[in-house]
Amino acid sequence: MKILIAGDGRVGSTLARQLSAEGHDLVLIDSNGSVLENTEEKYDLMSVQGNCASMQTLLQADVEHAELLIACTGTDEVNLLSCLTAHRLNPKIHTIARIRDPEYLEQAYKMRDAFGLSLTFNPERQAAREIERLLKSPGFLKRDYFAHGRVEIAELRVEEESRLCNVPLTAISGIVKCRVLVCSVLRDGQAIAPDGRFVIRAGDRLFVTASSDNLAIMLKNLGVVTHKVRNVLLAGGGMVAYYLAQQLENSSITVHILERDPERCRKLAALVPHAQIVQGDVGDQSFLDSEGLANYDALVSLTGSDELNMIVSLYADSKEIPQIITRLGHVENNLIIDSLPLGSVICPRKLCCNNIVRYVRAMQNQSGAALTIHSIADGHAEAMEFAVDEDTLHCGEPLRQIKLKPHILLVGISRGHEVEIPDGNSTFSRGDHVVIVSSGEDVILQLNDIFA
Amino acid sequence: MNYKMIARFFAFILGIEAILMLQSLGISIYDGTSRTTWAFVITVVATGAVAALMGFFSRRAEKGFYVREGLLCVGMGWILMSLFGCLPFWISGEIPAFVDALFEIVSGFTTTGASILANSETLTRASLYWRSFSHWLGGMGVLVFLLAVIPISRGNEGFTIHLMRAESTGPSVGKLVPKMRQTAAVLYIVYVVMTVINVIFLLLGNMDLFEALCTAFGTAGTGGFGVKADSMGSYSPYIQTVTAVFMLLFGINFSCFYLLLLRQVKSVLKDEELRLYLGLVIGATLLITLNLLGTFASVGETILHAFFQVSSLITTTGFSTVNYDLWPSFSKAILLILMMIGSCAGSTGGGFKCIRLLLLFKNMRRNLSQIIRPRRVRVITVNGKTVDESLIATTNSYFSIYMVILLLSFVVVSLDGFSIATNFSAVIACFNNIGPGFEAVGPACNFSAYSVLSKLVLILDMLAGRLEIYPILILFNYRTWKKR
Repeated sequence: MKILIAGDGRVGSTLARQLSAEGHDLVLIDSNGSVLENTEEKYDLMSVQGNCASMQTLLQADVEHAELLIACTGTDEVNLLSCLTAHRLNPKIHTIARIRDPEYLEQAYKMRDAFGLSLTFNPERQAAREIERLLKSPGFLKRDYFAHGRVEIAELRVEEESRLCNVPLTAISGIVKCRVLVCSVLRDGQAIAPDGRFVIRAGDRLFVTASSDNLAIMLKNLGVVTHKVRNVLLAGGGMVAYYLAQQLENSSITVHILERDPERCRKLAALVPHAQIVQGDVGDQSFLDSEGLANYDALVSLTGSDELNMIVSLYADSKEIPQIITRLGHVENNLIIDSLPLGSVICPRKLCCNNIVRYVRAMQNQSGAALTIHSIADGHAEAMEFAVDEDTLHCGEPLRQIKLKPHILLVGISRGHEVEIPDGNSTFSRGDHVVIVSSGEDVILQLNDIFA
Repeated sequence: MNYKMIARFFAFILGIEAILMLQSLGISIYDGTSRTTWAFVITVVATGAVAALMGFFSRRAEKGFYVREGLLCVGMGWILMSLFGCLPFWISGEIPAFVDALFEIVSGFTTTGASILANSETLTRASLYWRSFSHWLGGMGVLVFLLAVIPISRGNEGFTIHLMRAESTGPSVGKLVPKMRQTAAVLYIVYVVMTVINVIFLLLGNMDLFEALCTAFGTAGTGGFGVKADSMGSYSPYIQTVTAVFMLLFGINFSCFYLLLLRQVKSVLKDEELRLYLGLVIGATLLITLNLLGTFASVGETILHAFFQVSSLITTTGFSTVNYDLWPSFSKAILLILMMIGSCAGSTGGGFKCIRLLLLFKNMRRNLSQIIRPRRVRVITVNGKTVDESLIATTNSYFSIYMVILLLSFVVVSLDGFSIATNFSAVIACFNNIGPGFEAVGPACNFSAYSVLSKLVLILDMLAGRLEIYPILILFNYRTWKKR
């Protein structure tokens, strides 16, 4: 499929990596030639230098034969104009635009036909949603939801003192006293699809599937303290902080925002009156102390600088704050980040890329496409939810008789309100939703692709 | 330095070479020339075995392939390919000295067409075919061929652009379509189709198939090895015209042909490099025709010979219909300048390239105007687009390196004691991948008289000229070989 990506920023290059790995014909448009050259040397794509909102540049990128335009420059107006122009030049093209300004959100939705938009995305808002979920379910580094929240994949780090250390997977159910399935393990930066004999070591990050209730039981039996977050400190008052504060407005969590820029503070105070805004430099540790950092249940570092976020989170860790969430823009150096006590790491651009990849795959095959896609284990594995329909093979056969491709696990079957963590005797039938995890390189476009 | 990955590419290069050599083996068996047959059998087996060994030891190649690896891969790959490619000539005894055989095949792969043979008709047909086919393969590039046929990068890797940049001609190499494999395929499809059309035109002129193929290979790669001793002189005017026109076509940037296929005729016609190239051809043909009036029987014949020689030398092919060494000095001076300018970027031709000349000239004009008015700000545009200053800087430095290598080679070659015109034109003819020069290396003569040292220097010049200097130059820098 021919796809144009307008804007070679963080989101653009992440999309280029994901989509080129799936074998699409990519054309990348940006006005900065040296950035383009850099990306072109990394991924197999063509680059066009120019303004992505101008007709001339779009024609040069052969918009007339493209099937999708993803506009992800830093400016909302440019993205909208780019989609509008592309749609004029090629009425059949699908367009996805990044809209970040909260003031445009409603109008972009209501005027989507006028703008020719198929989808909009907002990395900051998505990051805020993700953070909200983490704050409401402490104990896990990350939680991904499938089948309307009935199946979850949660990420858990095994610490030295954990009861799971040096335990083979077959024994895990006995320790946590409920049915869970370890679908992937991240060790030394590599995802492993484990079998029963796999022995867990300290430092591993486990990706566990279970129903939401069982996950709570698991945490309790593992002895992980599940405190309830009552007050949270947001270091940095950018877009994510704004969306997060807004989402937490009617919850029991009190939000405190620290922001350096006095103007921004005044703006935030007007936009989210229920939050407490404090002006000051979060890089200053005495300022954090004077704001009573040690008394908070959770800290989220959300400044625009990765370095500052890491320092703030490390300082919070030294003050033994129970839950820490760190926003990072660059997550390429996984191994280094893994070794630091940064708590959950949130990368806005990665979150929104999952949605776009799902949209692209759905365009490729209209029926039987994945309903949800989450990339887990730092992008080394993918968890997908599919609906079982009349075309699905092997309906009603017990799982032990079905041969799956290597590196593929079936980790959950949701039937109505019931959730089943499957074993060899489980079956799926029409109308069920199944969740699979793939750690291989094959792209799974539809459910039947998983069968060997 | 990722040696394993490079070895993997070498394995592919040699494997492809062994497969392509089977054509000549077939011809040799058909002709019953047993000595040549054995030479080809031994070479194919040896090349294939080395390829298999290299492929075996590099099967677990790691990732990490950058500019340096790309340049080294292309530079060394071409040398390796030439070392194996010359074996049939040497083993069969058709060219007894190894350096001569190497000179001949490097001259083939680099599309030079300079020969050490006094009479090419002494070679067997199989060797003649291999010699001409090497032009065709070298013209568009063996790695570009690999990129088109073998899925080297698994889906997402963009590093193959380093290979294409190192092997293709011109200052800024880009993709035609999003995927590297398809870009390489488009280039080769255009190349194959045009070669086939050329063969058909030659067959219509009553040429036999073998000669038509060899001539078309020489034309398409802008190489210049002929099957006859007098190059194109004894063929009919029809065949000479066809060859002259096709040489001209193969000297044009191949992306122009792709744009024509997309029916973007306007942007092709407005291409400044193409205009410069065609302008040079027309201008030079007119001047030489005027200079030569009265030499040939008719004006028409004069125009044909002038046009053929101009087309042959600006595209750096090196075919000839007459011995232009006997022409007046003015005509020879024009031909010498055309030799140095060369064809368009992105074509199969060699030389300095029209686009670089255009950039140098525009930059010169800008600098001159800034002498009068130092604060005037001007940007250089080509085809309506602003050219990045860094491209102008690289073009300037390319020109410097080009001149330095030219002069150094000239000094070394002069040790052999031939005339200045001979030595200078020999270096120009090899470095720009043309073939014949003037006087003792003129179209009626050959390079066999040079010493081994001079031949080695000229071999390096030919490789450096075809690969646009850097891939060969970095081989002499010890930092290239150091670990990172």
